[in-house]
Amino acid sequence: MTVKFCWFNLMPWPDLPDDFKTEHRSVWVDIDGSLFDPERANGIYHEYMDQLEFADELGYDGIGVNEHHQNGYGIMPSPNIIAAGLARRTSQAAICVIGNSIALYNPPHRVAEEFAMLDCISGGRLVAGFPVGTPMDTNFTYGQIPALTREKYYEAHDLIMEAWTNPDVFAFDGKYTQLRYVNCWPKPIQQPHPPIYIPGGGSIETWDFCLENNYNYSYLSFNGYLAGQTLMDGYWNRVSELDKSMSPGRAGFAQIICTAATDAEAEELYSEHMLYFFNRCLHVFPGFADPPGYRTVKTIQAGKLDQFRKENQELFKRLTWKDLVEGGYVIAGSPDTVRERMEDMIKRLRVGTVFCLLHMGNMPDWKTRYSSQLFAEKVMPGLRGIWGDEFADADDWWCNPMDDRVRPENTMADARRYPEAPRGPVA
Amino acid sequence: MTATDTAPAPAFEEVVVTTRRGVTAPVRVYEPAGGISGDTATVLALHGAGGWLGDEAVLAGLAAAGLGVVAPVWPAWSEHTDEDRLSDMQDFALHGWDVATEMGLLEGAGNGAASGGLHLMGHSMGGMIAAEMAALAPQSVARMALLCPAGMWLGDHPIPDIFAMLPYQLAEVLFADPDVGEEVLTGGADFSDNETLTRFMVARARQQGMAGKILFPIPNRRFSERAYRVTVPTLLVWGRQDRLIPPAYADAWQAALPDATVELVDGAGHMLPYEQSAAVVAAVTTHLQG
Repeated sequence: MTVKFCWFNLMPWPDLPDDFKTEHRSVWVDIDGSLFDPERANGIYHEYMDQLEFADELGYDGIGVNEHHQNGYGIMPSPNIIAAGLARRTSQAAICVIGNSIALYNPPHRVAEEFAMLDCISGGRLVAGFPVGTPMDTNFTYGQIPALTREKYYEAHDLIMEAWTNPDVFAFDGKYTQLRYVNCWPKPIQQPHPPIYIPGGGSIETWDFCLENNYNYSYLSFNGYLAGQTLMDGYWNRVSELDKSMSPGRAGFAQIICTAATDAEAEELYSEHMLYFFNRCLHVFPGFADPPGYRTVKTIQAGKLDQFRKENQELFKRLTWKDLVEGGYVIAGSPDTVRERMEDMIKRLRVGTVFCLLHMGNMPDWKTRYSSQLFAEKVMPGLRGIWGDEFADADDWWCNPMDDRVRPENTMADARRYPEAPRGPVA
Repeated sequence: MTATDTAPAPAFEEVVVTTRRGVTAPVRVYEPAGGISGDTATVLALHGAGGWLGDEAVLAGLAAAGLGVVAPVWPAWSEHTDEDRLSDMQDFALHGWDVATEMGLLEGAGNGAASGGLHLMGHSMGGMIAAEMAALAPQSVARMALLCPAGMWLGDHPIPDIFAMLPYQLAEVLFADPDVGEEVLTGGADFSDNETLTRFMVARARQQGMAGKILFPIPNRRFSERAYRVTVPTLLVWGRQDRLIPPAYADAWQAALPDATVELVDGAGHMLPYEQSAAVVAAVTTHLQG
């Protein structure tokens, strides 16, 4: 198998003020609406979508988008809108929508339909993510009852999967969704369905769900690979306990990466943007992080509770560039430094997919492109083959596009073509 | 004289019932002063989202005034983990009646504790449930007392979001005197100890998660559309310093219910049964005894 690299853009708002952390309660849920400038957003959305297209050009295996609501570091409440643009304007990379918070769609069948559309438009390049969703998005923004969220999520999953795999019209009698005629039209190119990724944040029930259904489990955290190892070790222990293959394709991880000519240049170019991200973009009111009932009792008993102590609410305020790099929050430096640490990360966590966070915070376009190009040209090639040929099933967790799919390089000009011959009279 | 010598006998006995739905519920039973006679009335009392917090001076006070008191512990507030069987407002209200049935409170005169009539009382979330129970079966209720019930939403008086509060922020909102509140809520527990914190977080997840089924994200399950059915005389008791569900809601409840009166209590916030128990007992006893 080859390690897959997905260039991911969270789409942060780049203009959070210097005093954001002291003058504002939260970057998420109740973020100050006056900080958003729609005319500025016109340029930002296009810049971010251009970067995703550039990543396709650079040869990243995937380009990734996700869903957040009322969030200053993710102005993408509908990732499918962005993905539709990318599906039309790129030709190679997987379109990784990681993902749609399926319990939030009414009915969740909408996800089956929109993902099928994306798979058709992209020629079978969709990687479909089904997150339970964060409490900020799912509960506080979209009003789902915390204690019932997981049950609703599983029901939504069952509906979508049956919609994709049952060739007949069927009735769905759920507790949360009742549909008399389910008939997914269109259907996805990838059969029986696109690869499913479950982004997790530490709920241990999610591991078994992934393993029972043969889905990829991707740990999406901003705390880096050193902090992520304990959780991923727990996941792999569970894989082993359930006697599943130990293929790295089962797992993904999100890592912030900054590549430059030298280690010193990395600090010079990127430190202010990383600190912007950690100090402003992650300034989430802690009361939004854990509504009672969202996490299961089992997960609470297994987890760390330090974040709920008053004295730990200010943790990120004290972080410096050195802390971020040494703590593994950010893998930064020259191509050699980055390759060495990435190899350590991929092997430690045993992952087959890396979600590369190469644009973060308020990083300007040129730095994003510079870091992304260096990584693609000087780091990625040396990492792809880490796992060799040992795991034959690893590509089960990646998309399988049509060979003769429509490609934008052939169609972009054609789309604006005038009729070549006059038409006959209209009847 | 030692502390043991002066400790009063437990004010209640706990029995455990399993409803026909299959939910196991501990129930506190407070014997009325003077024992049960032919015309003893019983109060079915429902706790708020904090559960029963200790001695429950209000319940003991009602019993001392001659009322039988039956006080179920709601699923998730006990060690019995049956809360997954109840999902929504209808389930909650029916569970209240299921417990009343198991406790014999609906049997005919002379056969059960309710021979002198069955009253409902509830605090906050418990008041919301009691009101729904009365809307479902008004003929089974003699009188009702609601202590600052949840269940309505006024756009001009938004209720603070308890689900987005950190544990150390609760006392300020719930009590007229936050220092008293801190002690009542935590029992002086030391949260720097990981086991204590874990126990607290597990209890919070179960209990407030359960409460969220009828209170999240807005504590309004359209009771006001059913309020017309609650023809029983109802007393609304409210703390004047209630910063969670402010006294403006007392007016809204009074307007919605066909036969309601309001009593405001000084020196009490949302946790008025714990801050002004004597005043609550006096008001409720007077109302229930007609």
